Amino acid sequence: MGVILFELALTFYFAASIVSTIELFKGTKTTQRIMFSLAGAGFVLHTVSIIYRYLTAGHIPITNFHEATSFFSWCIVLIFFFLQAKYRISLLCSFIMPIVFVLMLSSSLLPREIKPLSPVLQSYWLGIHAVLAFLGNAAFALASGIGTMYLVQEHYVKSKRLGGLFERLPSLQILDEANYRLITLGFPLLTLAIITGAVWAESAWGSYWNWDTREVWSLVTWFIYAIILHARLVAGWRGKKAALLSIVGFLTILIAFYGIKLLRKGLHVFQ
Amino acid sequence: MKVFVVGLNHHTADVEVREKLAFNGPRLEDGLSRFRELPEVHEAIILSTCNRVELYANVGDTDKAVDSVKSFLSEFHAINKASLDKALYIYSDVQAVRHIFRVASSLDSMVVGEPQILGQLKDAFDFALKKKTTGILLNKLLKKAISVAKRVRTETRIAENAVSISFAAVELARKIFTNLSSKVCMLLGAGEMAELAAKHLITNGIKEVIVSNRTYERACDLASEFRSRAVRFEEFLQEMAGTDIVICSTGAPSFVLTKPQMQKVIRERKQRPVFIIDISVPRNIDPEVNHLDNVYLYNIDDLQGVVDANIFERKKEAEKAEGIIGEEIDTFLKWQSSLDSVPTIIALREKADEIKREELGKFFNKFPHVNGKEKEAIEYMTAAVINKLIHPPTSALKEDSEDRDVLIATVKRLYGIDDKA
Repeated sequence: MGVILFELALTFYFAASIVSTIELFKGTKTTQRIMFSLAGAGFVLHTVSIIYRYLTAGHIPITNFHEATSFFSWCIVLIFFFLQAKYRISLLCSFIMPIVFVLMLSSSLLPREIKPLSPVLQSYWLGIHAVLAFLGNAAFALASGIGTMYLVQEHYVKSKRLGGLFERLPSLQILDEANYRLITLGFPLLTLAIITGAVWAESAWGSYWNWDTREVWSLVTWFIYAIILHARLVAGWRGKKAALLSIVGFLTILIAFYGIKLLRKGLHVFQ
Repeated sequence: MKVFVVGLNHHTADVEVREKLAFNGPRLEDGLSRFRELPEVHEAIILSTCNRVELYANVGDTDKAVDSVKSFLSEFHAINKASLDKALYIYSDVQAVRHIFRVASSLDSMVVGEPQILGQLKDAFDFALKKKTTGILLNKLLKKAISVAKRVRTETRIAENAVSISFAAVELARKIFTNLSSKVCMLLGAGEMAELAAKHLITNGIKEVIVSNRTYERACDLASEFRSRAVRFEEFLQEMAGTDIVICSTGAPSFVLTKPQMQKVIRERKQRPVFIIDISVPRNIDPEVNHLDNVYLYNIDDLQGVVDANIFERKKEAEKAEGIIGEEIDTFLKWQSSLDSVPTIIALREKADEIKREELGKFFNKFPHVNGKEKEAIEYMTAAVINKLIHPPTSALKEDSEDRDVLIATVKRLYGIDDKA
């Protein structure tokens, strides 16, 4: 049952990313509607599959790499729909869906069996910490996507060549606002994730901070986003600089997420 | 029964000729009713705009119609026939249908893709409907033309890009700021083009347009026209901190705004973006300004470049539109040719009814004792036989086949139907 739900969600995401690629080049009302319906259907199925897995396993399903990747994709789609409701940056869907599909595909290739949790992970702090961290990271991921769109659109306007996606991309102001909004959403989530992580670390290992690689990277990420927000408020670093920084910030997160997985060291490695 | 177009437009006639031939205001009503009453003209519509005057008709004989419409025009507008001949184009049948579809879709317009023409065509059609000068053919044709135009609008991007400099400026402003309703624009210098661009910004909902000019009085005049305020030229730099869009056309021989000055302004603005349009020649704003973050500088050539690219884009889209029109012409012609057999079908039915009536009359005279119920039964049976007999030929006539002309002639001959229609 859980497998079927997951595979169905994957199939819908696949269809959505195909249609979203067509939408990128063709751009009609119909393709847009189909794209959103497919993505929405995929999201509903995905949600149900996560809930199902939660009920079967008895803990929040973010305990192995398969679950984490799947949950991260879910967070991205969730925040995307919220963003879409407010800013209507439909073209973002064409950038997001293929990424979501690839994430889900890689998740589907990873081992899926539910194993009993190691004692360290048996804490409700795990759920809170991980959910906050993933939502925050998903917001940052979308911010970097929006930042990329900003840079593309800015390039069109500056270079005075208004071909390609210029027509279809939203205005610089909207992209800048959405980017800022996502970072102001992601930053408190990340902050809380670090705090809850510290609390959990204390209860599990008896110390709040262990200078584990992942912890250090999180701190680096936190500082980068703190600088982005600070520079914006004080020095008016908006637009291009903010867009670039949001991309740098997300690259740091990616290094933290996958780099540590490759190094296979530290407390955050999944069993 | 043929679609017929006589007209002139900006390609074929100067504005002097177009003026003379225009059907303005009250002349339209008079002109339309006289056009409709011409021999050979069964239905009539007149479209008269500043770029074109066109007469659409459903005519019997094309050659005769050409003559009578030409003499009508020369008489009605008091213009000699020779100068008319030079300006007029005449289309009939497929060509006429194609022309009307192209006009409606704005492919024949001076600025291809401009949207006004469809509204003007609708008005002309509505007026003709009100005056009852149209019938089955033109009604169908004009409705079709309107739906073709809508199809072209939705399936191609023909009307999407701005093709005039001031529209291009507004379009760019929208891509930088989204919503202009909280934005302030400053005119530096009060040239005609700057004024036009400012007016476009106002129609697009900009919050305020302030004016600065070397002669302060001129600035005041223009500012009062925009219901805003004037700024002394020496003070415009201070104003720039609160200005989101600058339109510059001062006619100064050198730069009035340099990079270091702009750097200071943008810092004061906390990097909120500025869109600067420099339409002065020689340029009044240092091009280096464009290299500053959040400053977008466009000069007249840049805007012209945008416009040219858009025009090129529209031409490509126009080709797609021609394809759509080709398809729609086919469906229209199919419908029209299905009309050819209608008179024959009617005549055939009438003939059958006539025979039925005659023969029943004779029969009831011969057998007067037939009672009501029997009468009804006999009438019913006769009708059934006749309907069965004429059903195959009528449905063959209705069918869309290539030899419809032959069929029509055959049916007429076999049943002895005269050519009345």
